[in-house]
Amino acid sequence: MSVTAIRPGYHGDMKDTVDKFHANQILGISWDKHLMYATPMCIPVPPQMPFGALVEQVLPTLFGQHPQFAQIDWSKAEWLRSDEPFTPAFDKSLADNGIGHKAYIRFRTPGLEGLSGASI
Amino acid sequence: MNAPQAPQTLNKPAKKLSLKENYALLTRGLGWEPTYQDKDDIYPKVKFEGIKIHDWDKWEDPFRLTMDAYWKYQGEKERKLYAIIDAFQQNNGQHNVSDARYLQALKVFLNGVVGLEYSAHRGFNMIGREFPGVGAAIAAQMQAVDELRHAQTQIHALSHYNKYFTGMAEFPHQFDRTWYLSIPKSFFEDAISAGPFEYIIAICFSFEYVLTNLVFMPWMSGAAYNGDMSTVSFGFSAQSDEARHMTLGIEVIKFLLEQDPANVPIVQGWIDKWFWRGYRLLTLIAAMMDYMLPKRVMAWNEAWDIYFEQNGGALFADLARYGIRMPKHWEQTVKEKEHASHQLWCTFYQFRHAAGFPVWLPTAEEMDWFSVKYPTTFDTYYRPRYEYWRELEEKGTPFVNATLPQLCQTCQWPLLFTEADDPTTICHREETYLGDKFHFCSDGCHDIFRHEPEKFVHAHLPVHQIYQGNYFNPGVDPTAPDFNPLVEALKYMGINPGVDGGDFQGHIDAVNWERWTNKPANMHAPMQTQPPAHTDDRKTA
Repeated sequence: MSVTAIRPGYHGDMKDTVDKFHANQILGISWDKHLMYATPMCIPVPPQMPFGALVEQVLPTLFGQHPQFAQIDWSKAEWLRSDEPFTPAFDKSLADNGIGHKAYIRFRTPGLEGLSGASI
Repeated sequence: MNAPQAPQTLNKPAKKLSLKENYALLTRGLGWEPTYQDKDDIYPKVKFEGIKIHDWDKWEDPFRLTMDAYWKYQGEKERKLYAIIDAFQQNNGQHNVSDARYLQALKVFLNGVVGLEYSAHRGFNMIGREFPGVGAAIAAQMQAVDELRHAQTQIHALSHYNKYFTGMAEFPHQFDRTWYLSIPKSFFEDAISAGPFEYIIAICFSFEYVLTNLVFMPWMSGAAYNGDMSTVSFGFSAQSDEARHMTLGIEVIKFLLEQDPANVPIVQGWIDKWFWRGYRLLTLIAAMMDYMLPKRVMAWNEAWDIYFEQNGGALFADLARYGIRMPKHWEQTVKEKEHASHQLWCTFYQFRHAAGFPVWLPTAEEMDWFSVKYPTTFDTYYRPRYEYWRELEEKGTPFVNATLPQLCQTCQWPLLFTEADDPTTICHREETYLGDKFHFCSDGCHDIFRHEPEKFVHAHLPVHQIYQGNYFNPGVDPTAPDFNPLVEALKYMGINPGVDGGDFQGHIDAVNWERWTNKPANMHAPMQTQPPAHTDDRKTA
């Protein structure tokens, strides 16, 4: 379906295309079963950033306050990209891992499923 | 035209017209058929949506309100309202509300709802011009005046609080720019930028008729329970207008459905869209009702049950004869009613440094109330979260989420809602359109985007705007070494960092409340501040 508009061919501007983000791209990210973080995060990241750097340098600033974060064994973490499972290559860039502008990734940490059995 | 003519006499003064005759003259007698302009040029927006109207004279305003009667009724209400507001101010009524947390609810109302009333005024002026039928045009114009009056009386009713408490002075600015107020703002701009028939279904039917009770009844009762006679008086003054708007809403939908069977699927599509948009908007009211009213009237899940499931269910049963069914995804709202207010409050809590009002964790007494009202969800999912956060506060390491949230492209809420059948998993839906990805909080919002991607790609999402570098005031140098984009973004939004948001404990409103009233800022907790030592000057003088 498409919008019913006064003029044929109406199309709004694409408000959030990658060229507007000063060489960064936007990434949505969430840690499943850890609802202490009530919403997924949205961050700007350079597309050339290695996936490993995202995990080692960026994620601690997002989720580091959670007591389970330090316990994560990243070799066992499960990843989803656009809600589909995928296996990231830590030494390759986000772009080479198929993580483009406005991508959305989630990770799961089996055995670490939030506090108090309540997915906190 | 079959309008009665006003009696013509030469000698005797004319007999006073009956209301019915007066209304007929106003709404039928005022119209005319253009002779030297094409009607399509005069009313250019009335056909493109595909709605077919064969006879505008079938429009019946059940109130048959005429202008002279309208001014008389409204004038009487205004006199009463302002007399009460005056008395409230003279008696320092701002100090007699339940506690200083209630004031924070007023901020959400002033910053988030008053702008809606004003937008509604604009929208009804527009459709009053766009409808060729005089009855419909008059009804739209009267509602435009009503909505302007509501915005104005709300501002006047709340302006007194602004003399004493923070966070209320910049309400038009906040409505336009504050991140969580882009939810109400974008809701109304979506409606105003639609065609006139979609607007009237969106606002008159889906919002006013189906959902507005959820704003007015519990909220105004809440004001009464919490001793806010100023807001209650405004509520009463607006309530009779709202009753008229609701009646108009049902008239509108029946008129459209009876005019042509081809209108039915178009109207159903709008009901599906605007029910969901309105429902998502009301999450703000859900959190206000459950968390911000110190003396509570009813829980959000009870309000949803009464005002949507029962009343709305009966309404849609009645509309079934036209081929109209319940709005799409309504079943999900019934599941979400046990969660929505808690999920939003958890969101406000962790982003409290970026809110226009201070935020608090519910007290033990309040959590016990939630356990009773939400027996299947509160103790399992939300109590442990609050207790853990309380523990962190007591340790001196309070939890704050310093990152910006992922927003829904349609409703603009952060993705704070969980899967309907799994309250431990955030709901996320995604769509790729013209090579870009778009994210949604629900199937309802995803559906709306898929129907009108051309419109929603243009959504102004505050988080993305901050990252694009569009959220700071003129004169600020983003290349300066001490430039902090998040602090500057708050200033741009009309939020004074360190004053407006943050913790309720120690907040300037809480401190002043205790100083001025000698009552605890949180009625369910001890005083935050030490009362000043009482000395009686007369004895020592």
